[in-house]
Amino acid sequence: MLDGILIGLSTAFSLSNLLMVIGGCLIGTFIGMLPGLGPMSIISIMIPVAISIGDPSAALILLAGVYYGAIFGGSTSSILINAPGVASTVATSFDGYPLARQGKAGKALTVAAISSFCGGSIGAVLLMIFAPALASVALLFHSAEYFALMVVGLSAIAAFAGTGQVVKALLMTVLGLIMATVGEGALFNMPRFTMGIMDLQSGFGFITLAMAMFALPEALYLVLDPSRSKTEGGSSEIKDLRITKAEAKSIAPVIGRQSIQGFLIGVLPGAGATIASFLGYAVERNIAPKEEQDQFGKGSVKGLAAPESANNAACTGSFVPLLTLGIPGSGTTAILLGALIALNVSPGPRLMVDEPQIFWAVIISMYVGNLILLILNLPLIPYIAKVLAVPRNYLIPFIFFFTLMGAYIGQNNATELLILVGLGVCATLLRFADYPLAPLLIGFILGSMLEDNFSRSMQIYDGFGFLLERPMTIGLLGFAVLLVLLPAYRARRARLRQAGVADGD
Amino acid sequence: MALDRWIALVILMISLVYGYTAFFTMDDGLPPFMKFNAIWPSTFPKGLSVLAILCALIILVSPGKDTDGPKVGDIDYRRLLDYKIGQAAALLGMMVLYALLLRPAGFLISTVGFLVISSMILGERKLHILIPIAMVAAGVVWYLVQGVLGIYLRPLPLFLGNGV
Repeated sequence: MLDGILIGLSTAFSLSNLLMVIGGCLIGTFIGMLPGLGPMSIISIMIPVAISIGDPSAALILLAGVYYGAIFGGSTSSILINAPGVASTVATSFDGYPLARQGKAGKALTVAAISSFCGGSIGAVLLMIFAPALASVALLFHSAEYFALMVVGLSAIAAFAGTGQVVKALLMTVLGLIMATVGEGALFNMPRFTMGIMDLQSGFGFITLAMAMFALPEALYLVLDPSRSKTEGGSSEIKDLRITKAEAKSIAPVIGRQSIQGFLIGVLPGAGATIASFLGYAVERNIAPKEEQDQFGKGSVKGLAAPESANNAACTGSFVPLLTLGIPGSGTTAILLGALIALNVSPGPRLMVDEPQIFWAVIISMYVGNLILLILNLPLIPYIAKVLAVPRNYLIPFIFFFTLMGAYIGQNNATELLILVGLGVCATLLRFADYPLAPLLIGFILGSMLEDNFSRSMQIYDGFGFLLERPMTIGLLGFAVLLVLLPAYRARRARLRQAGVADGD
Repeated sequence: MALDRWIALVILMISLVYGYTAFFTMDDGLPPFMKFNAIWPSTFPKGLSVLAILCALIILVSPGKDTDGPKVGDIDYRRLLDYKIGQAAALLGMMVLYALLLRPAGFLISTVGFLVISSMILGERKLHILIPIAMVAAGVVWYLVQGVLGIYLRPLPLFLGNGV
C-alpha cells in the first residue's frame, strides 16, 4: 500500500498533473456556478477534452478536479443567489442563503469551503482504507459473480429512486441496457438492431448519450423557463471571509460526523450526495440543542456545514464502487467510467494491481483538489462570482454549442449531431414526465460489461448452470430481486393502510 | 392519460418490436456453427425485452397516484405553452441546421452563424458585441480542436478547398 501511495504521489505531483487539478477545479467552479448546470453536464462536456489527453491518470485527475470544482461552484450559487445548480446543494441553500441575506456571504462561503474540504479529505482517507480491502475481496469474483453484482448495483439504483419511482427507474435502466445492445459488439462480430442505419453500426456514442441525457435537457429547461437563470436577488458584495473561533468550534463535530456518515451513504449505489446532504442536515438539526435548532433555516453555520461536508464526503465515497468493482453508483461516476473505458482502462479490482499509478494518483489528487479549492478558489470567489452576471442570451447558445462540439469530437461525425438532438428531445420529454435519466446512462454504460460477463458464464457453464452452481451468484441475484420488490411492497402496504384496508403488520 | 403513461406506451411499443426482432428474426442469419453455443447474440436481448415489457406494463396499469402538481422549480408540461416553447423549438432547429451545414459550409461560418442567430432568437440585439464574441469563440475553439486535440475540422466552406 505504501508503494502505491508513493507511486500515486509522484504521479499526482508531476507538473502537468498538478496543472490538471488546478485547471479542472477552476473550470468546474466556473461552470458549476452557472445556475442550472450541474456536475453531470459539466463533466460530460469536459470528457472529449479529457479523452484526447490520452493519459488515463491525467484525464481522470482532470475530471475529478472538475467534479469537485463543480460541486463547490454549485454551493456558491446556492449561497449567493439561492439557485442551486444541482440537487445535492439544495440543502446548502437552506442556511447559506439566509446568511448571505444577512450580509455574511463571505462567512458562509468560508464555512462551506472548509466543510467541503474536510468532508472531501476525510472521505479520501476512508477511501484509501476501504477501497483496497474491497478490491481484494472482489478479486475472488468470477464473471458469474460480476454479472450478479452488476445486477445488484443496477437494482439498488432503481430501489433508491424514491417512492413511486422504482418501476420508472427500472424501466430506464432496462432501456439503457437495450440501447447498449445496438451496434456491433465485440462478442459476436455481427451488427444487432442497427435497423440498417450505417451510423448505428458502432452503436450509440457514449458522449452523445451523456450530453443528450444531461446537458441538453438542462439547457432546454433554461430556455423554456427564464426564471431558472435568475441572477438578481443576491448580494454580490462578498467581504470578510473570516470565521470566529467559536463558530469553528461549533462546526467541528458536525463536520466530523457528517463526513463519515456522508461517505458511507456515498458508497451505496444510487444513494449519493443528494440523500447524504439532506440526511446530514436533518440529523444535525435533530441532535442540536433546542436554542440552536431554531436557528436552522435562518442562517445557522451548523446547518450549512452539515450538508456541505456530507455531500463532499459522499462524492468521494461514490468512487469506492467505481474504482474497486467497476460499478458506478451515480450518474457522475457512470460518466467517469465511460471515460475510463474510452481510455482503455477497465476499472475493477484488477485496477489496483495492474495500474496502481492511476488508482493512487486519483486518490492523492483528491486531497490536492480539495486543498486547491480551499486556498486558491476561495480567495478568488468574489471575482469568479462575476460569472453569475453573464447574460443568458450569451450563455445558452454557448451551452448548446459545447454540447454539439462534444458530440462531434467524440464521434467525428456530423450525423452524430442529429442523433444528439433527437435523443436530447426524447430525454427532455422523459424529464417532463418525471422519469429519472441517470439510470438510463448507467444501464447503457454497464450494458456491454453486463452482457460480456453473462455470456462468459453461459459459455463456461454451457447454459444457465452457473446460477445453481455458484451460491454467491444466486445469493446476489436474490438480493437484487429483493431490493426491487421491497419498495413496491412497502408502497402497497402504505397505500392499503391509507385506504383503511389493512392496519399495522 | 398522463404523459408518463404515454411514454410508457411508446417504450412498450419499442420493446415489443425489439423483442420480436430478438425472438423471431435475429437468429435467421446465425451461422450453423454458432447454433451449438450456449449463448446466442439474441439471448441477452430476449431477456431485456421481457423485462422492459414487464416494467412498461406495470407503469401502464398501476393505479398510480394522480400527481399532485409538479415539484417546485420543475416545468409543468401541462401548461407547456406558457413557457418559451417557440424559442426552444427554434434553437433545436438551429442545432439541426448546424449539423447539416457543418461539413458543407465549414466550421467557422456555421459556428459564428449558429452563435449569433441563437442569441438573437433569445432576444439579443447588440450585434456589435455579439458578432465579435462569436468570431473569437469560433476561432479559439477551432484552434483548440484542430491544433491542440488534433481532430480535423474543415474551417472554410467546401468550395474554398480543404483548409489546413
